[in-house]
Amino acid sequence: MNDGDFGRGLISDAEWRTPSVRWGVGTLQVLLLVGLVIGGLGPILWLAKSAITPTIDTITHPMSLFPHGSAWSNLREAWSSVHVGRYFWNTIVIAFGSWASQIVVATTGGFALSVLRPKYAKLINGLLLTTLFVPAVVLLVPLYIEIVHPPLVHHSFIDSYWAVWLPAGASAFNVVLVKRFFDILPHEIFEAARIDGAGPFRLFWSIVLPMSKPIVGVVSIFAVLASWKDFLWPLLVLTNPDIQPLSVRLPAIQSQTSLGVFLAAMFIACLVPIAGFLIFQRSFLRGSGLGGAIKG
Amino acid sequence: MTSSRGLSHVREVPRRTPLTWVRSGGLTTVLFLLPLLFAFGAFSWYPIVRTVIMSVQHTNLVQPATWVGFQNFRNVWHDPLFPIAVKNTAYFAGLALVFGYPVPLVAAVLMSEVRKRRGIYSALAYLPVVIPPVVAVLLWKTFYDASSTGAFNTILGWVHLGPYPWLQSQQWAMPSLVLESTWANAGGTVIIYLAALTGVQTELYEAAAVDGANLWQKIWHVTLPQLRGVLLVTMILQIIGTAQVFLEPYLFTSGGPANATLTVLLLIYNYAFGNSLGGDYGNATALSLMLAVFLALFSLLYLRATRSWSTR
Repeated sequence: MNDGDFGRGLISDAEWRTPSVRWGVGTLQVLLLVGLVIGGLGPILWLAKSAITPTIDTITHPMSLFPHGSAWSNLREAWSSVHVGRYFWNTIVIAFGSWASQIVVATTGGFALSVLRPKYAKLINGLLLTTLFVPAVVLLVPLYIEIVHPPLVHHSFIDSYWAVWLPAGASAFNVVLVKRFFDILPHEIFEAARIDGAGPFRLFWSIVLPMSKPIVGVVSIFAVLASWKDFLWPLLVLTNPDIQPLSVRLPAIQSQTSLGVFLAAMFIACLVPIAGFLIFQRSFLRGSGLGGAIKG
Repeated sequence: MTSSRGLSHVREVPRRTPLTWVRSGGLTTVLFLLPLLFAFGAFSWYPIVRTVIMSVQHTNLVQPATWVGFQNFRNVWHDPLFPIAVKNTAYFAGLALVFGYPVPLVAAVLMSEVRKRRGIYSALAYLPVVIPPVVAVLLWKTFYDASSTGAFNTILGWVHLGPYPWLQSQQWAMPSLVLESTWANAGGTVIIYLAALTGVQTELYEAAAVDGANLWQKIWHVTLPQLRGVLLVTMILQIIGTAQVFLEPYLFTSGGPANATLTVLLLIYNYAFGNSLGGDYGNATALSLMLAVFLALFSLLYLRATRSWSTR
């Protein structure tokens, strides 16, 4: 990946020195960069600009830069009078709970299947992998009915965050990812710990978990991001507007307020994922590559 | 675990009783598996089985469910909206393949040969992927404003094109949805290709160069064949994903204008949750099962058809 590798790739150093390749490929790369800036960054910059532009200017001159000054009041109004602040908090609470349930299921499950390895591990593995092939839509209706009329418990979980938190834990992708990571940990260490008298709980808490920070980090990032992005499921099970997350509220906010305030609300909704991406860029990109590797 | 079992061998003839099972750590293993078994049992395995049962039942959550055989499947099959939804979904998936499949590949090959600040390229490409989809759709809905002062129409106005009706025309609504969806998803595929490109054996490039291959020949005869496996997987994954498109038609157009963007998932949603008087859960599960079985068969055929090619 570092510069030293170049010359051994698609374009050799000798080729890179010929003017036609250098200029041809170079031009294409510059064009790609321009395209990526316009396409990738452009819409977000436009959103940032419009979040602090008076509604009337955004409607009449969407592509002009502050023709009649800025309107920082959009952001303030979105945060307080449209209650984006509350929905923002709801989103964080939902993301945190979903993260916790995914981490608990993935680490304990991965530990049991990879390190403790009971005889029936194969069966559970098979069942887990099957769920990877079942399209999510198949679960939608029965899961909804299960939340409205849960078996055994006679109490509807509609409008409870548990209805979002608990199903989030059933991510086979996470378990497979964590299990594969545990599989390549040096198992001699586990044997040594056992001989020193460490039981499974001690092994899990003091040895395996501290060693698995990288994979827990990747799973955490994707868990929080997925929860922040989720729309349909919270829309179905959280019917009370006061407890809904931002993604569910945004379509409703659009009809309740002016365009400027609405765009400010959307901008606020983007801030956390974008900031997270900028901070954890490496993990994001590595994680996506991992996703491809596992799916492959 | 193995060591304690070894010791018990020495002391006595091992007999499997609940007590020896607990002593050898069987119970702790189950304790560790409990969160997984609960989460998947309750929220994955049970609902999957439940879908199959519900698809042959009539359920309205008030009266006990009644057995109706294949009536739900017949209802869906004869629903005049069903062929429209299937056609629209196929159209969306097809357009998404045409728009979205070659772009990430070309971008990734170009990006892999960037010699300075490659990180900026991948960060920019991935940025739309981290935007919450609801924000992306609603933002693009603003861009697609059909008046001459809409963002896209303003830009196209600079070169004296338009104004275009975008989402309001039956003809242009679906391509507009696909355009946004491609923007939102292409970055993830680019990253997958970039990872795959680092795995291409560099000796092959050198061998090709020794044989006098030029740049295009190297791309055609080395890079693409080496990416074959990944390319095949991303294609089937994209088809499976786009066959389940919901958010775009739901938020952009609610399936309109005149059902031009009604997709299979939107139809499932409408069956189950679109009617405030109570959902038709039987039809909804029947249709989702039909989609799942179709996708499974399609994937099987796809894998079989491409097997010889992908492992050659």
